[in-house]
Amino acid sequence: MTQQPLLSLRGITKRFVQRVDLAGRIANAFGAGMRETVVQAVSDVDLDVAEGEVVGLVGESGCGKSTLGRIVAGILPQTAGTMTWRGQDVAAMGAGDRHAWQLAVQMIFQDPFASLNPRLRVSEIVGEAPRVHGLVGRGRQAEYVSETLMQVGLDPAYASRYPHQFSGGQRQRVGIARALAVKPAFIVCDEAVAALDVSIQAQVLNLFMELRQRLGLTYLFISHNLAVVEHLSDRVAIMYLGRLVEIAPADELFARPNHPYTQALLAEVPKLEAAQRTYKPIAGELPSPLDPPPGCAFHPRCPHAFARCKAERPAIKEVAPGHFSACHLNDR
Amino acid sequence: MTTLSVRNLRTHFFTKEGVAKAVDGVDFDVAPGEILGLVGESGSGKTVTGFSILGLIDPPGRIVEGSSIRFNGEELTAARPERLRAIRGSEIAMIFQDPMMTLNPVLRVDTQMIETVQAHLKVSEADARDRARKALVQVGIPSPDERLRAYPHQFSGGMRQRVAIAIALLHKPKLIVADEPTTALDVTIQGQILFEVQRLCRESGTAMIWVTHDLAVVAGLADRIAVMYAGRIVETGRTADVIERPMHPYTKGLIGSVPSQNTRGHKLAQIPGMTPSLLRLPRGCAFKARCPIAIDQCNEMPALEEHRPGHWARCWRATG
Ligand SMILES: Nc1ncnc2c1ncn2[C@@H]1O[C@H](COP(=O)(O)OP(=O)(O)OP(=O)(O)O)[C@@H](O)[C@H]1O
Ligand SMILES: Nc1ncnc2c1ncn2[C@@H]1O[C@H](COP(=O)(O)OP(=O)(O)OP(=O)(O)O)[C@@H](O)[C@H]1O
Ligand code: SF4
Ligand code: SF4
Ligand SMILES: [Mg+2]
Ligand SMILES: [Mg+2]
Repeated sequence: MTQQPLLSLRGITKRFVQRVDLAGRIANAFGAGMRETVVQAVSDVDLDVAEGEVVGLVGESGCGKSTLGRIVAGILPQTAGTMTWRGQDVAAMGAGDRHAWQLAVQMIFQDPFASLNPRLRVSEIVGEAPRVHGLVGRGRQAEYVSETLMQVGLDPAYASRYPHQFSGGQRQRVGIARALAVKPAFIVCDEAVAALDVSIQAQVLNLFMELRQRLGLTYLFISHNLAVVEHLSDRVAIMYLGRLVEIAPADELFARPNHPYTQALLAEVPKLEAAQRTYKPIAGELPSPLDPPPGCAFHPRCPHAFARCKAERPAIKEVAPGHFSACHLNDR
Repeated sequence: MTTLSVRNLRTHFFTKEGVAKAVDGVDFDVAPGEILGLVGESGSGKTVTGFSILGLIDPPGRIVEGSSIRFNGEELTAARPERLRAIRGSEIAMIFQDPMMTLNPVLRVDTQMIETVQAHLKVSEADARDRARKALVQVGIPSPDERLRAYPHQFSGGMRQRVAIAIALLHKPKLIVADEPTTALDVTIQGQILFEVQRLCRESGTAMIWVTHDLAVVAGLADRIAVMYAGRIVETGRTADVIERPMHPYTKGLIGSVPSQNTRGHKLAQIPGMTPSLLRLPRGCAFKARCPIAIDQCNEMPALEEHRPGHWARCWRATG
């Protein structure tokens, strides 16, 4: 890449320590032997995102996607690693630059219930920040809120409602409207359309694409829905147990998945078929970030695992131009 | 006998801006062991339907006179609050769209799960813990012992959703109302949960209402589908009939909007126009303004009619 990336992550790592609580300490006094547990939610992630690019982030539930997203959005500090924004190390930013960066990066949260203040009306949730930051004058605030709500398919008449008066999908759209209202440069979309029916989902995704074309918006798009990710993304990153195991341009990734985990993921995409299915339980042992398997974390479930996989963690390497994957099979 | 029989259910919110008829004349039955998929547009009344069944509608909302919800023959709209609370704790379980409606943020997960088990089974704490542990494994959560000792905020979004599902399964209820239970789950874990759900329904005859917007999931799971639009059921029938030969223009639009591989870089198909506001519903068919085949007659409300055996639609132009 000749251009300077908008966002650049190097060695980003996040550990959560789950301390032994009071009940546990009391139990320990009687010899229960509970120890502090450490969740390695994100491990050593390197990623560059160019201006105007859409990077899809996919992986199993609990693999660390939201944690990475929250670090990128500046909501959660990383345990290790550096993050640069327009070439500047975020940790070393002065107050002015930091403020500009925080406004430029917005997050649409996975959980629309917890992320909206229940005591504020939608007009305030959506309209407050743009006014405070001088994006719209006070006189135009109501009009601006109406426009933003319409964009996400909500009736402007709902502006005086509180979050609990909305349906799940409507609330999710309030969260989207709030993020869009401050005219960000970069949006972390965490399962942003998961609660929407396909038609409204299409409307929101079309809006995202239009904003990108018109304003050069950049997205980190976290989703479990591979059809949506494929539709939207320029590049796709696959995460497994806190690590990126494959990154490639979307066409390439869906046509020629390299990593066995990606291959397994693509094989399971559900199709709209009316036949009743008998679902099968997950084969193989599910990995835990509390106790990650040694070597390649995917080895307990990998059909191609061999001796080296248990002993040594594969490094992520370029297997084709712009296509990176972390699997020992590529060395054979 | 059917487990649940809903007739002319109308749940309205009497707000300052006007009456929002969130559910306005809904009929359906669910038999033991049967899975009914309830799909429909965001805001169409799916959650309010579920809340009505559980007696969880708060003022200014209310179930309107003339509505009937019969659960194993018992009329729930006439039941006293204590009775409804007792039923909610044992015979009917709801998996909420928001998992934090099930989970208490200040209690450890083990405390909450053990309480659930002991609420309806006379077992020791150790036995209850063991059941809780197994329930976590069932929903695909590894390291269950450590996870039991954690608090809800220490879980990922999808894990919280799964803990809520595990708690509902622990109840071993006669009816489960599952509201978008797998929206944020990847396909493998979703498959694991659908496996457990199918098994529960088949083995213990639990009836299930599975609310979702994900047609691919209901297509594989549900016996029958009901499609809601603006507070009413507009189409219902056996899953294969509804998915393969939809009759209502809204259902057709919904199926046509599913994104697929060959849409990359193009605009996705969306149903034109906007969902009508519940406060300003048009006269006649609520889908009128967005319907590509509307005619003058659509200014009158069509009835839900059986156009093919077992396959009903609320549309003047539906044909068998
Ligand atoms: N407390 C309330 N006061 C006023 N209106 C309400 C209230 N709760 C829900 N509504 C309205 O009732 C309608 C139906 O809501 P419901 O939550 O049932 O939708 P839903 O079909 O579950 O949608 P989603 O898929 O988005 O969750 C919505 O238009 C919503 O705005
Ligand atoms: N505040 C926290 N304290 C302790 N552990 C946490 C915390 N937040 C997340 N974790 C753990 O970090 C891991 C990754 O969580 P994260 O929310 O990033 O997953 P995710 O990929 O977004 O999953 P999902 O698809 O289910 O939302 C999980 O094991 C989770 O339990
Ligand atoms: S490194 Fe080994 S275990 Fe890991 S994905 Fe490759 S073949 Fe499978
Ligand atoms: S009744 Fe008329 S407007 Fe309504 S769906 Fe049928 S054709 Fe369209
Ligand atoms: Mg998440
Ligand atoms: Mg809902």
